[in-house]
Amino acid sequence: MTHPLSLTVNGVGYSVAVDGSATLLATLRDELGLTGAKEGCDDSECGACMVLLDGRPVNSCSFLALQADGREVITVEGLADGAEPGPLQRAFVESGGIQCGFCTPGMLVSATALLAERPDPSENDVRLALAGNLCRCTGYGKIVEAVMSAAAELRETDG
Amino acid sequence: MTSLAAPETVADAAALLVAGASAVAGGTDLVVAARSGRRALPEALVSLHRLDELRDIDVGPDGALRIGALTTHADLERSELVRSGWAAVADAAVLVGSPATRNVGTVGGNLANASPAMELGAPLLVHEAHVKTSSGVVALEDFLTGPGRTALEPGDLITHVVVPGPAASAYVRLEYRRAMEIAVVGSAALLVLDDVGGIAAARVALTAVAPTCVRAPAVEEALCGATAETFATAAQLAVEAAEPISDVRASERYRRGQIPVVVRRALERAYERARR
Repeated sequence: MTHPLSLTVNGVGYSVAVDGSATLLATLRDELGLTGAKEGCDDSECGACMVLLDGRPVNSCSFLALQADGREVITVEGLADGAEPGPLQRAFVESGGIQCGFCTPGMLVSATALLAERPDPSENDVRLALAGNLCRCTGYGKIVEAVMSAAAELRETDG
Repeated sequence: MTSLAAPETVADAAALLVAGASAVAGGTDLVVAARSGRRALPEALVSLHRLDELRDIDVGPDGALRIGALTTHADLERSELVRSGWAAVADAAVLVGSPATRNVGTVGGNLANASPAMELGAPLLVHEAHVKTSSGVVALEDFLTGPGRTALEPGDLITHVVVPGPAASAYVRLEYRRAMEIAVVGSAALLVLDDVGGIAAARVALTAVAPTCVRAPAVEEALCGATAETFATAAQLAVEAAEPISDVRASERYRRGQIPVVVRRALERAYERARR
């Protein structure tokens, strides 16, 4: 049964109608055309579908879309500086934190939440924040390096 | 096709549950089970996300901690109040899933799902928590009746968990990896010390070794009036309360063998906190 849903995604308001069983991921990808968040395991294990809901990372594959009614969602598309990649995205490219790229949107989203809360994280903080994001290329070393270097750059720019 | 109602009061939610709908909070059990094909999503859902009255953590005039059913594991993990007076609960919350799981999974959901491996079970048992529902109050040990089974009547909604306290406690689990893991064996311990550092009272509970999380009364009795030197010997008695099974995570024999180790670690950690 479809119900009305209004939410803000990357600063843009959307109003759609979705079934009670619709997930936030399916709504973002199929209704709104935002395909940055990926469907990996579809079982809340891999984190490829990670989005920010009111600033906190959630697995959108198993989050009911209607529970996001009236709330603010940020997907990987929302992390760019206009048409240019944001500082965290640039750091992933520069550090070689991207291999096949499938886990990257989720990694970026989880790391964004971490840096917003903790601008000066330890390497262990980064590993804990990314604990729900699996990289099957096993490129974790470079990913952690990328987050650490983006954190340093952001501290410099903001400071 | 699924219908979803999002009531704004507990009374409205309870009325929908009486009419046969199923409650969903964070969805980390219900929706995940549906996505993976283990159990279809119910046809009628009552989403609890607008019940803001169930989201608070506070301390009542009697000193008891009141945790709203919609409190997430992340809320518990970040609560200075919980960490200081009910530390076992915070220890357990931080072990659940990943940051994303903890941001949406709720206390009420963890209790209603009633997994024998639920992280919050043993900590809340040693703190002698009660579960408040829309129809009454029940002690947690009577609330958990079996794997996936609770004393919740059809139409009942968990509203709060009431935890007497504060007291020095700790929760420890045996795990194969840090994140997205479920306890192989877990144990919570709560200790009250006398003036000279001896044990005036002890409570111990176990995770993932019986049809529900359970207390281990033989350990508690052995420790009463004893000292910290007896932790390892007393911990051996915990196996009396256990009826472990073999499953994908561990054999019955391995679980049985690890129980005293995990119980001892929980006692040591609680003791360290009790001495502060």
